[in-house]
Amino acid sequence: MDFFMQLLVGGLSTGFVYGLSAMGFVMIFKSSSVLNFAHGELIAIGAYFFLIFVTWAKLPLVLAFLFTLFACFLLGILIERIFLRPLIGENLIFVIMLTVGLAAMFRGLILLFWGGNLYTYPDFLPKALGVDRGIVHIPPVYMATLIIGIFFLIVFGIFFKFFSQGIYMRSVADNQRAALSLGVNVRRVFALSWAIAALVAGMSGVVLGVINGINVHNLSAIGLKVFPVVILGGLDSIIGAIIGGLIIGVLETFTGGYLSTSLRDVVPYIILVIILLVKPYGLFGLTEIERV
Amino acid sequence: MKKFQLHPCGNFYEDYEKMLTVFSTDFGRVWAAIGLVILFLVPLMPVSPYLIYVMNITGVAVIAAVGLNILTGFAGQLSLGHGAFFGLGAYAGAILGTTLHVPMLLSILGAGLITAGIGMIFGAPSGRLKGLYLTIATLAGQIIIEYVLIHWESLTKGTMGLTLPVPVFFGFRFQGDIPFYYLIFAFTALMIWIAINLIRTRFGRAWIAIRDNDRAAEGMGIPIFTYKVFAFAISSFYAGFAGALWAYYMGSITTEPFNIMLSVEYLAMVIIGGLGSISGSVFGAVFITMLNELLRLITDFLMNSAIGSHLGLTIAPLREFFFGAAIVLFILFEPRGLAEEWRIIRSSFRLWPFSY
Amino acid sequence: MADHPFEFSPLAFLLLRVAFMEEKLLQLNNISVVYSDVIQVLKGVSLSVEKKQIVSLLGSNGAGKTTTLKAISGLLKPENGAVTEGAILYKGKAMQNRSPEEITRNGIIQVLEGRQPFKYLTIEENLRVGTATRMGKPYREDLEKVYHYFPALRRMTKKLAGYCSGGELQMLVIGRGLMAHPELLLLDEPSLGLAPILVREIFGIIKRINEEEGTTIILVEQNARMALKIATYAYVMENGKIVMEGSADAMRENPDVKEFYLGMSLSGGAKSYENVKSYKRRKRWL
Repeated sequence: MDFFMQLLVGGLSTGFVYGLSAMGFVMIFKSSSVLNFAHGELIAIGAYFFLIFVTWAKLPLVLAFLFTLFACFLLGILIERIFLRPLIGENLIFVIMLTVGLAAMFRGLILLFWGGNLYTYPDFLPKALGVDRGIVHIPPVYMATLIIGIFFLIVFGIFFKFFSQGIYMRSVADNQRAALSLGVNVRRVFALSWAIAALVAGMSGVVLGVINGINVHNLSAIGLKVFPVVILGGLDSIIGAIIGGLIIGVLETFTGGYLSTSLRDVVPYIILVIILLVKPYGLFGLTEIERV
Repeated sequence: MKKFQLHPCGNFYEDYEKMLTVFSTDFGRVWAAIGLVILFLVPLMPVSPYLIYVMNITGVAVIAAVGLNILTGFAGQLSLGHGAFFGLGAYAGAILGTTLHVPMLLSILGAGLITAGIGMIFGAPSGRLKGLYLTIATLAGQIIIEYVLIHWESLTKGTMGLTLPVPVFFGFRFQGDIPFYYLIFAFTALMIWIAINLIRTRFGRAWIAIRDNDRAAEGMGIPIFTYKVFAFAISSFYAGFAGALWAYYMGSITTEPFNIMLSVEYLAMVIIGGLGSISGSVFGAVFITMLNELLRLITDFLMNSAIGSHLGLTIAPLREFFFGAAIVLFILFEPRGLAEEWRIIRSSFRLWPFSY
Repeated sequence: MADHPFEFSPLAFLLLRVAFMEEKLLQLNNISVVYSDVIQVLKGVSLSVEKKQIVSLLGSNGAGKTTTLKAISGLLKPENGAVTEGAILYKGKAMQNRSPEEITRNGIIQVLEGRQPFKYLTIEENLRVGTATRMGKPYREDLEKVYHYFPALRRMTKKLAGYCSGGELQMLVIGRGLMAHPELLLLDEPSLGLAPILVREIFGIIKRINEEEGTTIILVEQNARMALKIATYAYVMENGKIVMEGSADAMRENPDVKEFYLGMSLSGGAKSYENVKSYKRRKRWL
């Protein structure tokens, strides 16, 4: 039972981090129906930005974190400006392929500057943040993740449901031509969605960096793990991303704990195929409304 | 005697038969024949073995890319698992050759068929899924196949890899660049020929109909599920065939090359070449393979040179960077692909000097 | 020219026209539209719309009506089309080839053909998108206004638009256009695929909007009978050109319009397809 609880808590913790990473991905899909294959690299970039600010620029933590978020936000806008804006209105396949190319570019750049070494942040989180009750042991990092995650979840939920700009973003994802005809500033919507997505990705990069250390290969691999998470939760549901992340995280640690460690990495994808066959639009995704 | 036709300067087709011909004029036929003869003669010229090697891997890539273009460009199903199918074919060929001692040509064919069968399994979700969801399913396929190849150690020897036997024909050991050049050359031409003709049949038209509007196609009485699965089968057959051919050429294989990046490369070939165009996949395969080799040459040069020796380790990632940049630039500036560019060049020559 | 100082030079004539144009809300001067640099769809279309008019654009499929609307609203650009010649003057300002955002901000809103709702947004959210031109504020009174014209929508504000019927969607998209406070509303086939009773209802509402809000409307329609009933002025298009124009009353009485759009023969009975003359007369417009 102890082992079970340990696994459960561990799984929920990693799962929440997966969910957080998937949130940015969902954001881009929601506003532009683009599968962003460069998401893992955006996460990695966030982690490295924080590394620069904390260890090299030696900024105070809060300031470094805010700077990281801001830098990621700017990066998102830049990516949209330079690479995606010329493709507005083109076939989605091209846009998706472009993100694949971007992923290779970013990975190359990061490797060029930092190489494949593993870096770590200095230990900065207060111990008091962690939970340590008997067998339930949650390290401070995961508590911090939980707090940040829930905060962003609420903020985005309100933003997309009630704020005009959020509704415009959803309208563009839904029917770009109709949005244009009503004067929605499609370019601004795209820029904003990429900026927010990069910001969220950067934030999860920092969290992942604290947990696993900073290594471009590990971090960009998360970009692929995002797929089972978002499919499980529904490609366009932010809350679904978190819940999908939790489920995938738990399943992963349970297979790792009870079956075999090598199966751990492939289980999410097996689940992915099953989910796609049984419930293609995920647990929380919108069913595609098709009319001829 | 038949009159030798040149291209007319407009579209004068009077029936569908004429539109469906592969070469609308004798001119094109002559050019194709000349091209084939020149390619046939290449190894007889004093060229470096390296060039032959590059042409060989290009040929293999062309076969695989044509297969992917049938699935993605014609049937409209974006696949991210093509690299895994290629690897599956390589392993199927290797296992048939080593443990079952099947002769090379048969085992290449067998590998194609096995891969086609497995491709149909992974194509089955297309009955319920479409668009990006299917793409994600193929991505899962890629990762699962990769996992199986690495972990089914009794069959694939895991990360150790497999070494293929050297095929012997009438006492001649079939090995090395030039014999394989002719084999790959012949197979590539054959597979392109099959693909072009397949597209002209009922199957090809059904795929295009599904790509353009699957619901309308269904309404017209096309059994879309059957055709989609069939497209997966054909595309995987091409991948498996190319993979097995590659495995025999290389002599030994490991699981390493068949990762997601390979799938991405094939997709890049098809998109850069031009979706829905057989000649496009040829252009794309040539372009990407050349780009890869060129980047390898440059990084090798830099790493061996004086500057590179102390920067050596950090320059290798440049290859990845430039590969990504090439894809990005291509999509930004010529999203319709090389085939379209080629068509424009050709027609501007044809229509010159009156371009309207 | 120098011998006759009082003769109108072409330039002076143009200046005079410009001076008079001030009164018009919208003026299309001989515009040509080309798609993908090769396909010419509009071949010199000129029309003018005065304030508070309902102007109807009639014509068969492919005549260029929708393209004319898109040229006005700036939606050609995403479809790789452009106005290559001529000018579109809106309140005397040149508007051709501006971005849709700019044009909508000036008060020109197009309601697209074939009812294009945001399927995954609720009715109310759909309506709120209509406020994009003024960054979303304020929207409550506007919602009330839309519900005033389309009371049916009030009952299902939380329903996803993707599950609404054709009639509800048509009301929704017109309402969504109204949310933007348009001065000029471009309606593209509002009667498409609707039951006759709904068509009558929607046309009644369009008329009311025109009268109560003072919104100028350009109405593209296949249903010429209904369109001419509420319009004040009408143009007939064929093959990318305007072949006929006149006040709606005059058009209703015009024998050609009667034959080809209202389906009546000269004698007033149902039109007979054996009548070869109609074909010839139609040709004359081309």
